[in-house]
Amino acid sequence: MLVGMLEIQRSLVDAIVAHARADHPDEACGVIAGPAGSDQPERFIPMVNAVRCPTLYEFDSKDLLRLYREMDDRDEIPVVIYHSHPATQAYPSITDITQASEPDAHYVLVSIRETGPLEGPFEFRSFRIVDGEVTEEEISIRD
Amino acid sequence: MSIEVRIPTILRPYTSGEKLVTAQGITLAEVINDLEINYPGIGERLLDENGLRRFINIYVNDEDVRFLDGLQSVIGENDSITILPAVAGG
Repeated sequence: MLVGMLEIQRSLVDAIVAHARADHPDEACGVIAGPAGSDQPERFIPMVNAVRCPTLYEFDSKDLLRLYREMDDRDEIPVVIYHSHPATQAYPSITDITQASEPDAHYVLVSIRETGPLEGPFEFRSFRIVDGEVTEEEISIRD
Repeated sequence: MSIEVRIPTILRPYTSGEKLVTAQGITLAEVINDLEINYPGIGERLLDENGLRRFINIYVNDEDVRFLDGLQSVIGENDSITILPAVAGG
């Protein structure tokens, strides 16, 4: 049974998938910020994958500081932290689990392993990752 | 001399939820020492046997300390320190 829930607009889902396709074969990554305390993802912020790699991602350290300052100034939090798996399932890897550092965020994974950069089916899943424990949650997509 | 230090969400359990704390020190290493004295346990989350943990970023003002002098970076009176865990994975 899935306990938690991510509510997200379809346009934001589309934006994440488009980013994943655009950065194929490397992993794409980013944040959807929302008002502090709201749990509502609103502002789509694609980030550069500083390691440009098909199996790893990392926000550039300067970009990271800028991002968190900007969210702080706007009283936002990273409601969603997303990244793509270009060739594997949309499930957190060991690295994803050990690196997860935002206990309040929804960790969204999108897999485009079926069609790569092309249009077509994709997997889109959301998880909480807290203290090394992964909990999948339901996703409610609003039009 | 009091230095402002911004604490990320994941380390706030050590600071009773405080987002902004103050610490003393002339170098980053001293500041981290002082944080550990006041917030026991936090030091281990920042450092390992090789120094600053790979997936912890510490900034003095706008500069990542890896591009300064790492733990030996000198902290001035009006400097502020920001700690941010890397957003990274596989």
